[in-house]
Amino acid sequence: MVYKTLTKAFLIAGVAFGASSGAYAADAPNTMMGASDSMLANTCAGCHGTDGASSGPAIPTIAGLSNDYFVEIMKEYAEGTVPSTVMGRMAQGYTEDEIKQLAKFYVAKPFVKAKQDFDPKLVKQGGKLHDKYCEKCHAEGGQSAEDDAGVMAGQWTPYLRNQFADFHAGLREAPKKMAKKLKDMLAKEGDAALDALTSYYASQQK
Amino acid sequence: MKITRRGFIQTAGAVTAIGVAGMPYIALGAGKKVVVVGGGTGGATAAKYLRMADPSIEVTLIEANKEYYTCYLSNEVLGGNRSLDSIRFGYDGLAKHGVKVVHDTVTGIDAAAKMVKTAGGQSFSFDRCIVAPGIDLSYGKIEGYSAEVAEKIPHAWKAGPQTALLRSQLEAMKDGGTVIIAAPPNPFRCPPGPYERASQIAMYLQQAKPKSKVIILDPKPKFSKQGLFIGAWKKLYGFGTDKAMIEWHGQQEEAGVVKVDAGSNTVTTAFGDEIKADVLNVIPPQTAGSVAIASGLADDKGWCPVNLATFESKMHAGIHVLGDASNAVGMPKSGYAANSQAKVCAAAVAALLAGQEPGTPSYVNTCYSIAGKDYAFSVANVYRLAEDGSKIVAVSGGVTPGDASAEQFKRDVAYAHSWFNNITKDAFGG
Repeated sequence: MVYKTLTKAFLIAGVAFGASSGAYAADAPNTMMGASDSMLANTCAGCHGTDGASSGPAIPTIAGLSNDYFVEIMKEYAEGTVPSTVMGRMAQGYTEDEIKQLAKFYVAKPFVKAKQDFDPKLVKQGGKLHDKYCEKCHAEGGQSAEDDAGVMAGQWTPYLRNQFADFHAGLREAPKKMAKKLKDMLAKEGDAALDALTSYYASQQK
Repeated sequence: MKITRRGFIQTAGAVTAIGVAGMPYIALGAGKKVVVVGGGTGGATAAKYLRMADPSIEVTLIEANKEYYTCYLSNEVLGGNRSLDSIRFGYDGLAKHGVKVVHDTVTGIDAAAKMVKTAGGQSFSFDRCIVAPGIDLSYGKIEGYSAEVAEKIPHAWKAGPQTALLRSQLEAMKDGGTVIIAAPPNPFRCPPGPYERASQIAMYLQQAKPKSKVIILDPKPKFSKQGLFIGAWKKLYGFGTDKAMIEWHGQQEEAGVVKVDAGSNTVTTAFGDEIKADVLNVIPPQTAGSVAIASGLADDKGWCPVNLATFESKMHAGIHVLGDASNAVGMPKSGYAANSQAKVCAAAVAALLAGQEPGTPSYVNTCYSIAGKDYAFSVANVYRLAEDGSKIVAVSGGVTPGDASAEQFKRDVAYAHSWFNNITKDAFGG
């Protein structure tokens, strides 16, 4: 299930890369390949923090995610199916093997939970909503980095809010089950559900 | 084999390292000394990442100032949207990584003797030296401008007191005043910087002194992210209309500033026009920092040629130059580029000290420009080294599309601020 989009993603990414990098391709010389995991990964730290632990608030922590999620989202950035400002432009610069190297490096680093403000009055309700709509895939209160689910607990709230906004606007396609759960939740609980959910995730700081 | 004391320590160290980290090469640099000259983004990052790569290397960073003000986001201070304190960083974080920080002024780097000397009379020997002095301002290239005149007519191209001075002049200016920014010729630190600065000042004037305007006098025919800036200026500041708060005049009009009259706050352009300013910001032509030039690391153009895989100087073996001072062919002179080059350099230095071949490099640059409220855009590239080593080549990336949505321009402001939090912590943080 995890790899369902990969072939498609890479085909499209390949086309997109060829098209968008025309300016580079015209006189592009052959370049050196074979950089080490840390050489590739440390270039990300200027935006995502040393060892992938972001000081936020809009740029997410990328350490300690699941390997499947990391690889898949990088491919989706390259493909353009996950909207972004710079990530699409960056992800196209790496080969499939290099994305696996980046994942290997960052998956092994600890997910440092963000120290951030949240509304303590909403945490309990957020926890209930999480259990009802999200826990099945985002296990352990959103902490689990298993399968292809993103880590929610301790991730930066402004980042999560942008993702919810993109899912809601149809700019980012959620997996089928998630799309249904998110739609159900917003229909039954309203937009305030997102405040409660993100307060719950932000409250997990240890 | 004769076991010398050093050899014995290395062997013992290697055993420990295998036991602890499973990485036997770690201790091969044991007892090696690296001196980093300059504590800006590039120097700080190099010192920290060198210690992260091989904690057995003794790293000393020498920097004249106890605090560093980042040039990036200093334009937000000019716009009144950020405090000067928020762009100030100390060196406690590096000390936590085991970097020995010395506050002194380096007067010379002797490649043959492998020795750095300071104004304070100290000497530091090194196995390898990393030089990241940033830029020097060529005041003499503009008639009537000098370091002394800059105390009245700021360049504000090295952030700190100069930034505060320019901000105070903008605050004191009357409504209806003219701000002139004299932009520098290529190559220079932060290519989009003068244009972001004009934007930030216009944003301030729009709400505080709406009859005022900013005029950019530029010796260049075009500039970085030009399409995006012009688009933002049209949208936000009436660019191109008779109510424009920003005007740009380029080489086509011979608009570059060649002379400054400090008494009357007037500039003369290459064409011969004389323009009086209420607030004058002169950003002069630039070279590598003076210590690099004094140490024979620069070429006749004033920048330091380097091996792009290791940032080792082509002038002096054993000395590496990175960041704005280097001629990193293909990369811009930006804070992110310095941060990225520092990591390539640190990895190469750690390898060389361990008697290994440096690995294949990989580089990134990301640069945000905040043109107005809820309006920023970026350039971002992934780079690789050309196989012949002659240049650093962008293999993907580019600028924010001109037809980006309002939401994307808005998000780039949030990303710019998050980027700042992360890059400063990556460079200076413990």
